Amino acid sequence: MSEKFDVIVVGAGPAGTACAYTCAKNGLKVLQIERGEYPGSKNVMGGVLYRKQTEEIIPEFWKEAPLERPIIEQRFWMMDKESTVSFGYKGLEWGVEPYNNFTVLRAHFDQWFAKKGVEEGVLLINETVVTECIVEDGKVIGVRTDRPDGEIFADVVVLADGVNSLLAKQLGFHNELKPDQVALTAMEVINLPKDKINDRFNLQENQGCTIEIFGDSTKGNLGTAFIYTNKESINIGVGTTLSSMIKAKMKPYELLDYLKNHPMVAPLLAGGESTEYLAHLIPEGGFRAVPKVAGNGVVVIGDAAQLVNAIHREGSNMAMASGKMAAEAVIHAKERNDYSETSLNSYREALYASSIMKDLEKYKDAAHLFESSPQYFKEYVPMMNQAMSKFFTVDGTPKKEKQKQIIKGFTSERGTFGVMKDLYRAWKAVK
Amino acid sequence: MSTKTIEEKQYLIRFKANTKSHLTVLDHDICSTNCPDKLCTLFCPGEVYKWEGARMQVGYEGCHECGSCRIGCPHENIKWEYPLGGHGIVFRLA
Repeated sequence: MSEKFDVIVVGAGPAGTACAYTCAKNGLKVLQIERGEYPGSKNVMGGVLYRKQTEEIIPEFWKEAPLERPIIEQRFWMMDKESTVSFGYKGLEWGVEPYNNFTVLRAHFDQWFAKKGVEEGVLLINETVVTECIVEDGKVIGVRTDRPDGEIFADVVVLADGVNSLLAKQLGFHNELKPDQVALTAMEVINLPKDKINDRFNLQENQGCTIEIFGDSTKGNLGTAFIYTNKESINIGVGTTLSSMIKAKMKPYELLDYLKNHPMVAPLLAGGESTEYLAHLIPEGGFRAVPKVAGNGVVVIGDAAQLVNAIHREGSNMAMASGKMAAEAVIHAKERNDYSETSLNSYREALYASSIMKDLEKYKDAAHLFESSPQYFKEYVPMMNQAMSKFFTVDGTPKKEKQKQIIKGFTSERGTFGVMKDLYRAWKAVK
Repeated sequence: MSTKTIEEKQYLIRFKANTKSHLTVLDHDICSTNCPDKLCTLFCPGEVYKWEGARMQVGYEGCHECGSCRIGCPHENIKWEYPLGGHGIVFRLA
């Protein structure tokens, strides 16, 4: 294959396909390279796809995309060993157009999305690994693949090669990731009849629910667990930073089984049948971990650019938005016939001016705070549970006395000053 | 049935194994003499790494291609590549 393309996109996840689709729709000659058997075969996500950023690429996608359920309820559990403090929001407005978000099975969704790109003229090649970028005079001019005579050239190479992004590392855009910058997550898809799901989660036809679980779901380590409803299955997963997993010497699949058997969780899954087990890394380094995203003849998007907001479990939406912004920069670069870093920096500028980087910046200290201060997950979640138990157990103690005891319970563990400091630091990290 | 063991979990997945490993322990002596914890045998979600008394066995056929071993090996002793195009794990659902 010696012909030259306008753009080569490495990877067929949400970022790569959003970029390839937008470029092709604007008349560019696009080659998209996927290492898996089909798009989605290497991709893993808990399962929440956001409407807003998807719609900006494919209007009214919900009318044809393979979606599971629109989410009408988001629950949050602060879970202890035999109790949970919960809060959440359920709103029927999320169950009708234009919706807020959906559960999806990525192997299904990614294939559909990539097909939309192909319909716009993207040349998609599966089962091909890009082994390195071809660099000449400080400029990326193409890619080398693991196929015989597998050198292909383009004006711009888009790196959408996922969390590990060996290609961005090859270019020196980022150093090797550190164990506290990634979350190792293991999940299972568990089949359950539709009626059971609707009954157990208090849902009606075509309504979905998500539960994010903190505290004992990770045995108090920095991380979260999730339970998402699909049409006729449930995705359940749990992850912690790799550094926490290592420090606690936990096995991810044993943590997953601990969660599945937890008395607060087990009744939701009873009678279900496991149908797939998946593990993946999530880039959670946040704002400071975002690498260089534009160079001469190259841009980096999606997980490869570490664009995940762990606090709000947003990632696929940022991937798509970054893919679209990168495509717009490439289209402008072609108009100017200038593919230099200066020219492609319009992508970087758009990215940093967008809500993606604003949100990441908002939480830039959160990951570090929670990593270095294990008391938030290990101590405060059980304390909250004890406080609620005490407050709502009717045992003849006056409420005022109960409040006193609760506050004493908090301060005796960490000291009045310690509690004040923890509260202040947490507020500062997420404000 | 919901799975109870890692063997049952791994059995659910489709793998199209290559004949050649994409994971390489660079220096086996480091594992045996310098690494008492053998952390990769714990955190690897596919239980790819197994300590067989004297040597680290690498069951690359069951690899999820997550990258944890490359990042988590305290001695940077694992060379990590992608399997040949079209090979390795094939997720069907999520």
